Amino acid sequence: MNALLIEYWPILLFLGIALGVSASAVGASLLLARQNPDSEKVSPYECGFEAFGDARRQFDVRFYLVAILFIIFDLEVAFLFPWAITLGEIGVFGFWSMVVFLAILTVGFIYEWRKGALEWE
Amino acid sequence: MFVQALAFYLFAAVAIAAGVMVISSRNPVHSVLFLILAFFNAAGLFILMGAEFLAMILVVVYVGAVAVLFLFVVMMLDINFVELRQGFLQYLPFGALVALALLAELALVLGTWLVSPEASALSRAPTPPADQITNTHALGAVIYTDYIYLFQAAGIILLISMIGAIVLTLRQREGVRRQSVPRQIARRREEAVELKKVPTRSGI
Repeated sequence: MNALLIEYWPILLFLGIALGVSASAVGASLLLARQNPDSEKVSPYECGFEAFGDARRQFDVRFYLVAILFIIFDLEVAFLFPWAITLGEIGVFGFWSMVVFLAILTVGFIYEWRKGALEWE
Repeated sequence: MFVQALAFYLFAAVAIAAGVMVISSRNPVHSVLFLILAFFNAAGLFILMGAEFLAMILVVVYVGAVAVLFLFVVMMLDINFVELRQGFLQYLPFGALVALALLAELALVLGTWLVSPEASALSRAPTPPADQITNTHALGAVIYTDYIYLFQAAGIILLISMIGAIVLTLRQREGVRRQSVPRQIARRREEAVELKKVPTRSGI
């Protein structure tokens, strides 16, 4: 248990260093720099002219489709990791179990390819 | 041991604070960003429990994909968020009811462990001790063989969600000119260029 956590010690260390560096950068500029804001300085600007509109515009629904398709294949890959490291023990049955799983998802992949969901008009 | 306890309290405190910010921040995009922070801290807590595989999946799937999906959904919706906030107190009783139900379920789960501590031994594939086998390994040893039906059902659910997403959101736009590489290559000179003899002082 503790041997496992010791392997993660460098990551915790990096996390601490990252927190320290980012906090000191923001904190130092907050403390040391001269702050003299007015409404013109803090308002958003767009290269010299007045902003044309709000930055929050509606997105195309296609981004949503891309994100969903990405999640599905992400999950498929997540299933591949334990399979890959236990392939020696689960034998031929486990191998073909995964092949059937991949075949099911390949059906979906061919469907979305033929439907043109991967194309961006 | 001290570092472990410190890390636990740090991750737990940041996770709870991020959760509070998710529901209380004004801008929904900020809410999603705080949700990502909560996911990261939950991954840290999973690692402290020894569940590395869950922690990595949380980072890869939830932070990498689900949070991005939430961001797209938030940006896709055309809602006046100031108006949305005004109904906040109105829905508070329903939210409190759902939270209470979840709390009761949590209490039931923990209560079962208290009443019969040997209940966890009844499971079909008991968790092996963490120092003998990594949990990714333990998972892989049972998913693809012992639980093959559930595994294939997961595949079919993924297929259905893929088809559902395409059916619901894919719209073919009319009048879009697409590039077709085979047609470009198959084009001959005769189809594209025409030579005309133009007599002097007269147009074509």
